[in-house]
Amino acid sequence: MCYTRETPNCRHLPGKEITDMKRLLLGNEAIARGAWEAGVKVVSSYPGTPSTEVTEFCAIYPEMKCEWAPNEKTAVEVSFGASMGGVRSLSCMKHVGVNVAADPIFTAAYTGVTGGLVVLCADDPAMFSSQNEQDSRMYARAAHMPMLEPATSQECKDYMKVAYDLSEKYDTPVFMRLTTRLAHSRTPVELGERTEKDTVPYAKDFMKYVMMPGMAKKRHIVVENREKKLAKDAAELPVNTVEINDKKLGIICGGVVYQYVKEAMPEASVLKLGLTYPLSEELIRSFAAQVEDLVVIEELEPVLENDIKAMGIKVHGKELTGLQGELSAARVAQIFGKDAPDYTEKQLPARPPVLCPGCPHRATFFTFKQLGLNVLGDIGCYTLCALPPMECMDAALCMGASIGMAHGLEKAQGREFSKKTVAVLGDSTFIHSGITGLIDAVYDKSAMTVVILDNRITGMTGHQQNPATGFDIYGNPAPQLNLEALCESIGAHVRIHDPQDLKGFKQVMKEELEYDGVSVVIARRPCALLDKRKKTPCFIENCRNCGACMKLSCPALERDEKGVHVNDTLCVGCGLCAKVCPFGSIKGGEQE
Amino acid sequence: MNGNIIIVGVGGQGILLTSKILGYLALKMGRDIKVSEVHGMSQRGGSVITHVRIGDSIASPLVDAKQADYVLSFEMLEALRAEGFLKDDGVLISNTQRMLPMPVISGKAVYPDDMPSAKRTVLLDALSLAREAGSVRSVNIVLLGVLSAFSEWPEEEWEASVAACVPPKTLEANLKAFRAGRQAGEAKVNG
Repeated sequence: MCYTRETPNCRHLPGKEITDMKRLLLGNEAIARGAWEAGVKVVSSYPGTPSTEVTEFCAIYPEMKCEWAPNEKTAVEVSFGASMGGVRSLSCMKHVGVNVAADPIFTAAYTGVTGGLVVLCADDPAMFSSQNEQDSRMYARAAHMPMLEPATSQECKDYMKVAYDLSEKYDTPVFMRLTTRLAHSRTPVELGERTEKDTVPYAKDFMKYVMMPGMAKKRHIVVENREKKLAKDAAELPVNTVEINDKKLGIICGGVVYQYVKEAMPEASVLKLGLTYPLSEELIRSFAAQVEDLVVIEELEPVLENDIKAMGIKVHGKELTGLQGELSAARVAQIFGKDAPDYTEKQLPARPPVLCPGCPHRATFFTFKQLGLNVLGDIGCYTLCALPPMECMDAALCMGASIGMAHGLEKAQGREFSKKTVAVLGDSTFIHSGITGLIDAVYDKSAMTVVILDNRITGMTGHQQNPATGFDIYGNPAPQLNLEALCESIGAHVRIHDPQDLKGFKQVMKEELEYDGVSVVIARRPCALLDKRKKTPCFIENCRNCGACMKLSCPALERDEKGVHVNDTLCVGCGLCAKVCPFGSIKGGEQE
Repeated sequence: MNGNIIIVGVGGQGILLTSKILGYLALKMGRDIKVSEVHGMSQRGGSVITHVRIGDSIASPLVDAKQADYVLSFEMLEALRAEGFLKDDGVLISNTQRMLPMPVISGKAVYPDDMPSAKRTVLLDALSLAREAGSVRSVNIVLLGVLSAFSEWPEEEWEASVAACVPPKTLEANLKAFRAGRQAGEAKVNG
């Protein structure tokens, strides 16, 4: 089979002709531009919605060496190394990626930097594409790292320069925090030019960079003092702005929430915080003294509110906004008693996302369902198989967790139970965090079956390369991780099979479920979207309307009282439905 | 042209490209603009919604309920879903195509026969118009053509923006699609 490879997801900046330097940019695009203008030389990230495009856009600029790391922890270690090596560097991740990267981040906050180091985290209030709604601002306080929050694409770009200047001036890594609405909104941006930064010569400094207790105790004092100094200096930082209007109401806010406040409450006085950690007590006290009522409007956790309350200042907050989801101008208006209608949706059929026609995961999960397995899932497109009509997943926790969960379940329920249980995860997810789980399962003598959905790409985030694809972020050939050799070397029993061969795959699964030890079945078939061959749609003759094919939950199959029909604008002719039709009524597509 | 526009459809119908063209044009016409998109899972055939706000100075990137001047819908069910965004005198422009969502395919729900309740609507078979223009993938540009008929911005500026944003290979079909849509829109505006 021949599959054409996608060139990297480098989309060109649109709108060259508008003016020389004004463009409509996504927040993520503007961050990349800001990194470039700030002289960044190294970018190492792991994809995750809504942060993914930053690194893709960074890869457009030849002055920045960009890469997809296997996970966020590695990414931050790489950008930390680059910083030690005297250049400005960047790592980008979604909010849950910060959990993975927290280990190097917390201690990098102690060592400080040589070249500026920025960690970009993109939170997802309302969970458009995430498993939780955690608030990364808590990390800034916990790690004692400054955090900047822009409110427009223009600020995304401009704050990157501020972030690198702060990083170098205060000798600390810096968080840039976005939320989905900012990362994925396009707003006008005035572009600037790149300022090249000379690489700082490498100088050994083990008191700064070797974090053993003796050195770390000294660095902790440095960190505390640095934070106090920055909190003091923050009163003068231009990213924090005060707008005095009607003094009856003062609103403190940051990030995209500022836009909702301006839309809903243009008459109010506003303290807009560009630096949301550490807070400038001086600035907040002076603002609070000028207004009658002080309210913090923030999404998710009461982070600003609690800090301000800790200063002994009377302020309202979470009792008005709630802890969940996104805010909007309408919600802010309602909070202050203004009339703003709610969006009321009629009772209509939902349109959840589905596996694409031809997706190899469909065949894999269909087989699981036929075998009546307990399925411990993971993070990827295939998590959609938890939804009806497939309904074939019992748990999904975090990247790579499927294997650990299956191992724990075996410990709890025993080996016989484990013969009816699989851990299933994608190739990129396995590389990200599944490898250590597999080592544990083998080392601690589990009996379990792991299925790696090897579709040769990081699918869900929009087709990023990974170490198993054989290509780097630029689409250039790269050493290809041999998944089967890796799993064998760990000590697993390894089988490789194309899940689209339903009979063969089912047989392999049966055998491996019986195996008394850890086995890995690599379900190898490329993502349907990678297959660019001309496809002939399937067709149906003499349908008996038994509904067997409908169990595949393929969006290209539709059923009415006359029978099942193929929607040939969607069908890619994978032929899976032909394989499950008990009457041989479905023709075309790839046949066994 | 100032106003709030909601663009809805099914993942894969070219919704992001449509908002990109609008954004490009608005910036060229010297307007402030904010476009809020949904990425990620929308690729997998789910509902997609994009908010576009054009004006002198825009704060929030989101169009709130009953604040949209236009809803541009690529599919009927999504048109019904998005009607709550329309102002009372807002215009609903929708492709009449029906794409069955998984709950309907699997028999758990029924595709509604309801017609939009908006007072001002332009309903058209944009899929057929796109096919006639040379590409079924140009449904988005047909609908953009309809919208253009409601705007005072010159037609050539709209076409130039389409040309600047679509892949060069698809330009001819897309311009034809745009003109077909514009004609349908003009018929409505003038009729």
